[in-house]
This record gives sequence, structure tokens and C-alpha cells, in this order.
Amino acid sequence: MTLPAVEFRDIAMRFGGKVALQGINLTIEAGSFVVLLGPSGGGKTTLLNILGGFLDPTEGRVFIDGRDVTRMPPAKRPTTTVFQDYALFPHMSIAANVAFGLKMRRVAKDQQRIRTERALDMVGLGHTAARRIHELSGGQRQRIALARALVVEPSVLLLDEPLGALDLKLRRQMQEELKLIQKRVGTTFVHVTHDQEEAMAIGDVIVVMNDGFIEDIGSPERVYLQPSSRFTANFMGDNNLIEGSITDAAGERIHVETTFGGFSLTGKADKGAKVALSLRPEHLHPDAAGERAKIGTAKVVESGFFGTHHQCMAKLDGSDNTVKLRLPQKQMIRPGEALTLYADPADMVLLTR
Amino acid sequence: MIHRALPALRAAPVWIYVILIYGFIFLPVGVLVLFSFQGSRVPVPPFNGPSLQWYEAVFTDERMMDALTNSVIVALASSLVSVVLGFLAAYALARHRLPFARVLQGFLTAPLTVSYLIIAMGLLITFNQLGVPKSLLTVGIGHVVINLPLCFAIVYSQMGAHQANIERAARDLGAREWQVLALVTVPMMWPALFAGFFLSVTFSWDEFIIAFMVSRFEVTLPVEIWSMLRTGLNPKTNAVGSFVFLISVATVLLLDFVVFRRKKT
Repeated sequence: MTLPAVEFRDIAMRFGGKVALQGINLTIEAGSFVVLLGPSGGGKTTLLNILGGFLDPTEGRVFIDGRDVTRMPPAKRPTTTVFQDYALFPHMSIAANVAFGLKMRRVAKDQQRIRTERALDMVGLGHTAARRIHELSGGQRQRIALARALVVEPSVLLLDEPLGALDLKLRRQMQEELKLIQKRVGTTFVHVTHDQEEAMAIGDVIVVMNDGFIEDIGSPERVYLQPSSRFTANFMGDNNLIEGSITDAAGERIHVETTFGGFSLTGKADKGAKVALSLRPEHLHPDAAGERAKIGTAKVVESGFFGTHHQCMAKLDGSDNTVKLRLPQKQMIRPGEALTLYADPADMVLLTR
Repeated sequence: MIHRALPALRAAPVWIYVILIYGFIFLPVGVLVLFSFQGSRVPVPPFNGPSLQWYEAVFTDERMMDALTNSVIVALASSLVSVVLGFLAAYALARHRLPFARVLQGFLTAPLTVSYLIIAMGLLITFNQLGVPKSLLTVGIGHVVINLPLCFAIVYSQMGAHQANIERAARDLGAREWQVLALVTVPMMWPALFAGFFLSVTFSWDEFIIAFMVSRFEVTLPVEIWSMLRTGLNPKTNAVGSFVFLISVATVLLLDFVVFRRKKT
């Protein structure tokens, strides 16, 4: 059995009276790309800082490669960080920036040179070695920060919203590159972001954090398709949450009565419990097919073209409920038009918390 | 035409104002420098130079040259001490959570608001009480008292959150505290340290009151000039005054060149 790269045990963090983290238990497999996702103030950066050694947790312990590092300063930990503002050394050349960690570890001079060159080549910036930081663009600085952190071959690489300052196109490109580099070097990456699309694009595992707690842990597919809480369902992409209550429960089969009508689906909940159904916009259809149940007729309120699809807001007749749905790229739709909506109960996810 | 004439008309008072202000500031210095090249024995019109005889007199005057050496030693040494102490204080207050940080910071910068005369009297009394003899050392201590707050304020103002993050990055990459200071903080803060040092040098270089009150046999140049002035005006005082002014200007220009040129690139 291989040791997990990182293990958080019962971590709590309080700043004065304010609780930043509570009851965090998390195991990160070696070689995985883990994304800590959540809104600002959710505790994800605090958790990353605890892992990097920049904060001492109020309670609990941190293990890296099976070793208790809870009280170990950042300099001694087998972790390095790519900072949001890159935090490159402005008074040093690119090569000296990358070699800094090797110098601190007293790696032989010729080895320093070879490894620095290799790290710069890895990020495609070998030709910039002699330049200074201010001569580079934002994206290039980002890569240098990555090379500088990876050159010392850390057990875990921490990335603190590293793509936040880049424009969208460059961000998408860097996401792919990060993913490729991670696969190549095999280092465990722990990446913090508030961008759920970024999380899904690069993560093997997504840890959804909110209000100092872990809301959900799982693969991007699992977290998106089977969210375990109302928060995750709402935070991960667009969603329709339909409130309702359980009117009948028999084993794995339940019946939920909602303002949209009654649905029978698989799931586990007690009779009478207040629940919600998560129904993604792409799972609402304007036509009946297969197992789809009729939701009702609706009037389009708003419509926008998103390239791959049209996104609409529609108001259900006879109620105040509006739903978000996606229509095919070529289906032109105008506000005011009427639709009949259908959805497959199998696409509905029961949320009990 | 009207549109072009109007700004020119309005500009005239502005130019008169500018000339008056700059004349007010620089006329005394101009007169001082001009009559340092006086040919006769009195530094009053008419000007009948130019002559370098008074400069020769200054540079062959042994007492004057001793005072000059003393001034250079005091300026360099006290500025170095001021910038080192100022930097350490700024680093401590900017990077660590200290109890009563605001109070400490207030006390560090307070001497900036106290007149040199009060500081000089305080130092004089303190040195007397402690039995410290008046010397170049006491003058140097006096100059540290006035320049340390300045160096602290300059360096502290440049220590932002971005710099703190860069220091964090160094620690994250394995640097020990002394390595962070020596390899990252000091080189990164170099322009501020340089500015603090050279401003301190210019302040120490022509400081009179403190140097006068806490020195006895070894005196600095401003004190020597003062004792020379007591025997009456003479173009030699103009020559040495011009020299002091020249060094101050050169220091400020050097500072400007090194620090502000760097920032532009």
C-alpha cells in the first residue's frame, strides 16, 4: 500500500473568534491533481497555507508522505508554491530565479545549471534564462514561477489561484499546459481556484469547500453529475434546484412532490423530508422522448446565444417558478414563445442537504 | 489669434511668480558662489574676479581640511548606522506582529517633528549625565538620532504586501531567515536603502546645531565655518560654503541618478 501524499486530520483553524476551517479530513493520493474549489472566504486558501506551512492550524495534524509536518516551517517542507502574484525575485535573472531553490538545497553548481535549463525547457522558456522578470509577459512569468517551484522536485506542488491574473484565452491554454506538465512530472498538485470550469478542466479530484467545511469530494464527473449538496449543485455550473418533499419512500424508490409536479426516482430519504431536486439546464428538453416526464408549459423570458447552445430563462405557466434551460445551437427562440418542457427523472439528483 | 494670445497673457503672471520664487530660493546661493570667485579681500560688489585664490586658501587650511575629513567620517558612518537600524526596525514592524506596534512606530518617527535644537540640548544633557566626553562619536550619535526616523520611514513605506509575498516564496523554496534577508529583502529594497543612506548623508553633511553643541575639539565643517564667520566676512567663507553646497548637490544628483533611473527601466 502506498502512502497518501497528503493527509489532513481533523484540521480546524480559527483567527481570533472567526472560524476559517472546521473538521477538515482529507486524503490526497500521490500523483493526483487535486483542485480545492470554492467561493472566496470558503477556506480553500487557508487550507493551502496550512499545507505549505505558512499557517499553523489551531487543531489537527498534517501529514506529507506519511510524515507529521504540522509544526514544520515552509523551508523544511517537501512542498513548493506557485503564488497568485507569482512572487518572482525582481532583482534576479530568470535563471537565478529558477535556480534559487536548488541553491538553498546546496545542489552542486553544475547540477544547478543542468536542472535549471531542463526546468526552463519544460515550460518552453529556455531562451529567456538571461533576461529579467520585468521583460516577461504575465503568462511567461506564470511559467517561470512554475519552473522555479518544480525544479526542486517537491512531493507536493501548491498552486494558489495561479491563473487568476491571466486573460481567459491564456488561462485556458495554461490549464491544458498545467495538466500536461503534471502528467509528465507525476508530482502531486494541489490547486486552489474559485473557477468551477477550471476545476473540471484540470482536476482529477475536486474538493468543494464552503464556509470552512468540505462540501463534496470526487471526480469532476461525479461532483457535477451527482452533487451531494445544494451548495455543490449550485456552485458547479448552472443548475435548477427544485424544492419539494418526500411523499412516499420504499427502499431505493422514492416519490417527490414538488411545485413542478410529482416525480418517482431512485434515492434514499425519509418520508416527509424536505429535499431538493437538481436538474441541469441541459437536462430540460422541449420535446418528449424515452422516459421523459412532462414538467409543464413555459414561456421564454430571456434567451442568449452561447456559441454551442442557446441558454434560456423560461417561466412556468401557473407558477412563479423560472427555470434555466439549454436549446440546440440552431434552434432560434424569442422571448414570449411558449415551450413544453420534459425531463427524465433519471437526470434528477436528490439533494438532502 | 485670441485663443493663442489668451494663454500667453495668463501665463505671464505665472512666469513672474516662478521667477520670484526661484530667485528667492537661489539668489543667496548664487551670490555666495559668485563671490567665492572674488578677486579682492571682501565678498561684496563690485565683483572683480574670477579668481581661485580663496579655494586654494581653503584647501591649504589644515584646520579646514581636518573639519572636512571629520564631516565625511560622521556623514558616512552615521548614515550607515541610521540606514541599518532603520531597515531592521522597518522589517520588524512590517513583517511581524508586535505588541504596541503603532506606539513603537510613533516613537520611531517622532524625532522627525522635534526641532534639532531640542534634540541637541537633550543629547548634551544626556551625555553630560552619562559622563560621555564630547567628540566625533557624540556628533555621530546625534546624527543617527535625526536620520534614523527618516531611514525608517523611507524603507517602511516601500515594504508592501507584494514584497512580503516574495519573501514567503524564498522561505517556501528553502531559504533560512538570514538568507531571506540577505538574498531577497535587502537586494529588493536596495533603492529605498540607497535613498535613505544618501538623504542621511546630505542631512548630516550640513547639520550645524547638534554638531556644534555636542562637539569640542574635533569639529565638523559647518562648525568650523561658523567659527570662521565670527572673525568677519571673507571670500574664503564663500569658497568653503560653495564647496559644501556642491557636495550636497552632487549627493542628491547621485541619489536621483541611481534610484530614479533604476525605477524607470
